[in-house]
Amino acid sequence: MAEELSKPFDKSAMTLQERAEHSKETRIQIISFAFMIGLTVLSFLAVGTEVLATGFVVPFILLLGVIQFFLQLFYFMHLKDKDHGWPNMLFSSGLVLSAPVVISLILLLGIVKW
Amino acid sequence: MADHVDVSQGLPAEPHRATLEGKNKFLAMWCFLTGETIMFATFFGTFLGLRHQTAGGPALADLVALPLVFFMTMLLLTSSLTSVLGILAMKKNNFKAMRNYFVITVLLGFGFIGCEIYEFYHYYHAGLGYTTSAFASSFYTLVGLHGFHVLFGLGWIITLLSRYWNAGVTLTNAHKFYAASLYWHFIDVIWVFIFTVVYLLAAGGA
Repeated sequence: MAEELSKPFDKSAMTLQERAEHSKETRIQIISFAFMIGLTVLSFLAVGTEVLATGFVVPFILLLGVIQFFLQLFYFMHLKDKDHGWPNMLFSSGLVLSAPVVISLILLLGIVKW
Repeated sequence: MADHVDVSQGLPAEPHRATLEGKNKFLAMWCFLTGETIMFATFFGTFLGLRHQTAGGPALADLVALPLVFFMTMLLLTSSLTSVLGILAMKKNNFKAMRNYFVITVLLGFGFIGCEIYEFYHYYHAGLGYTTSAFASSFYTLVGLHGFHVLFGLGWIITLLSRYWNAGVTLTNAHKFYAASLYWHFIDVIWVFIFTVVYLLAAGGA
């Protein structure tokens, strides 16, 4: 077994069904990439054209950022796939810990100024 | 052996998770990325708290060139796609395509680093030194830490490519390339927040 681990293969063991799923997956990835480009262009335009009020632009670009964040995680990093229960659990616990970190640092350094 | 994977039919459809080592590495990588998220959260929080403390020095709104930031974003986003395509090629046992996609990823990453060095050089000569203000320190630390991650990721992928340049997709290297691509996506995820929270927020006047 040990030497087989570093032996290249002359073919893939993918079944026809797996091949179909693979090309579907490729399509999905390219579509999500197009979405991400669209979101990025939209948020840069929202700020760059300076036609929108600041009070609207800030929550708008933050929302676009959050959407793109989840697109990256679930599509490019495959969190949407099955067998990703542990990564999902780990990463969401990371987000749960990150939220109070960011909020308390903003409050302590930026507003209360201890 | 703890792993009984059938290799007689060719490369398994999920080569990066076919062995116990691959499965462990996959989980450990996610564990590591979770820790990285929390670390970046502390730097983001510090930056957001200190972003108005310019101490008479230049603010980001005076310096930032949105077209350059947009160009850098496109470079990094595209490099994320090419590493996705590389992993998809790897699953099909198409080693040459995977190698080419990762080479493109590395080139785009170097383009990004070049832009960032130019950007920092420009800011420094416009009067924004590392110790100019609390804003300057937190800005350079946050964006520089991300830049260091890009550099580390480039070193990682280049090492894998040079070591396995002619190896083909094997059960030893599949999970290594997969881990590197996860790390590369994570860099892109962080950049999404940097261009939104650091650059666009400053340029938007908030």
